Amino acid sequence: MRTIQVSEVTQNIKEMCIEANHFLTKDMKNALEDACEKEEAPLGKQILCQLQENLNIAGEDMIPICQDTGMAVIFMEVGQEVHFEGGFLEDAIQEGVRKGYVEGFLRKSVVKDPLIRENTKDNTPAVIHYEMVPGDQVKITVAPKGFGSENMSRVFMLKPADGIEGVKNAILTAVKDAGPNACPPMVVGVGVGGTFEKCALMAKKALTRPVDQHSSVPYVKEMEEELLAEINKTGIGPGGLGGTTTALAVNINTYPTHIAGLPVAVNICCHVNRHSVRVL
Amino acid sequence: MDQYINAPLSKEDAAKMKAGDYVYITGTIYTARDAAHKRMYEALQNDRPLPIEMEGNVIYYMGPSPAREGRPIGSAGPTTASRMDKYAPSLLDLGLRGMIGKGKRSEAVKDAIVKNGAVYFAAVGGAGALLSKSILKSEVIAYDDLGTEAIRRLEVKDFPVIVVIDKDGNDLYETAVKAYRKE
Repeated sequence: MRTIQVSEVTQNIKEMCIEANHFLTKDMKNALEDACEKEEAPLGKQILCQLQENLNIAGEDMIPICQDTGMAVIFMEVGQEVHFEGGFLEDAIQEGVRKGYVEGFLRKSVVKDPLIRENTKDNTPAVIHYEMVPGDQVKITVAPKGFGSENMSRVFMLKPADGIEGVKNAILTAVKDAGPNACPPMVVGVGVGGTFEKCALMAKKALTRPVDQHSSVPYVKEMEEELLAEINKTGIGPGGLGGTTTALAVNINTYPTHIAGLPVAVNICCHVNRHSVRVL
Repeated sequence: MDQYINAPLSKEDAAKMKAGDYVYITGTIYTARDAAHKRMYEALQNDRPLPIEMEGNVIYYMGPSPAREGRPIGSAGPTTASRMDKYAPSLLDLGLRGMIGKGKRSEAVKDAIVKNGAVYFAAVGGAGALLSKSILKSEVIAYDDLGTEAIRRLEVKDFPVIVVIDKDGNDLYETAVKAYRKE
């Protein structure tokens, strides 16, 4: 048994909220650089250059990459040998988000009730997903999610007979419908299989996989490559203003499912695909 | 083509702009997004005055992140314009001449743009740090209680935008995408 003080969780989550909103991971930066070199449309190229300049300014002047600093989504992979001390873990996580958003000059975009819509003024609560894993470590992923792209995400409950073509069509439909609203170039997170909620969660988690890493399942990897090529033929382009870079990556996760179903979730993320990962 | 224009925006300047033009705006513009639009719309329905004059003005669909000390504003990029589609035609009919946002507009908004000789501009979504550099001053002038969604008066210099829908109803999102489609 290993003991972790919850105050350590709070401190790390605070720092990670700030870090994720000012610095993209290396794989995302590289993907944007590559896209800028390869883009065929002059306006598209100009926009991709501006996105790089934007990243430089964000990091140097500590101005968030995007004003929509998101709703904080947090994945907690907790080793079963870990014992938390000093308070309730969930409270410690929310406190980390509160401190990160208030002290880090991040935008408060969360309303307390979906219909009454009163701002909570500290961006809490975060959406937290817990997973028990073997070992005595805790892996924390903080992924602030902007809603321009979140609003364009979809769940499709396909029939088994729809097969792989049905899955591809669903993904392409979601991307085409998203178009300029989702701030392309996008990263497309996909969950296939499981149940209604499991596929949505897989799609969200797929966005945290580095954009230069494919699925370890050979047919899924092929699908990721084929769909990326197809999406980049739509012409949507950077900012939706035409071009050959509409997506930077398609990341697909799969899970066993029921004999009667083929759930597919497409979680679209803009080019500000943020996450910060730490292991305690 | 590149154009340098002043805001508030004259009818003549609005008429000169074509979908696809790259435009640098200097002058005074206002921010308003979902909650401020809802409130302005309700004011109009109840015959109450709006907190800002519409005639000739430009509204930027934007809710900034908080400013650090010594800076006029935080990150300040556009939000999705379609959420304002329900409210925009009424404001265009009152003389609103420009809107800055990102993403597609409804047919009703397009019709109101054409009818009133207005323009819809896109700023680059997700470039809030870069765009903040063109904002010299920011002041909350109405609906302070809405926080980031309050109405702000912004002084901008060479604020970079792209004309998406012009007064003839041309829509760059449709034409440019077709030009690069490979299906």
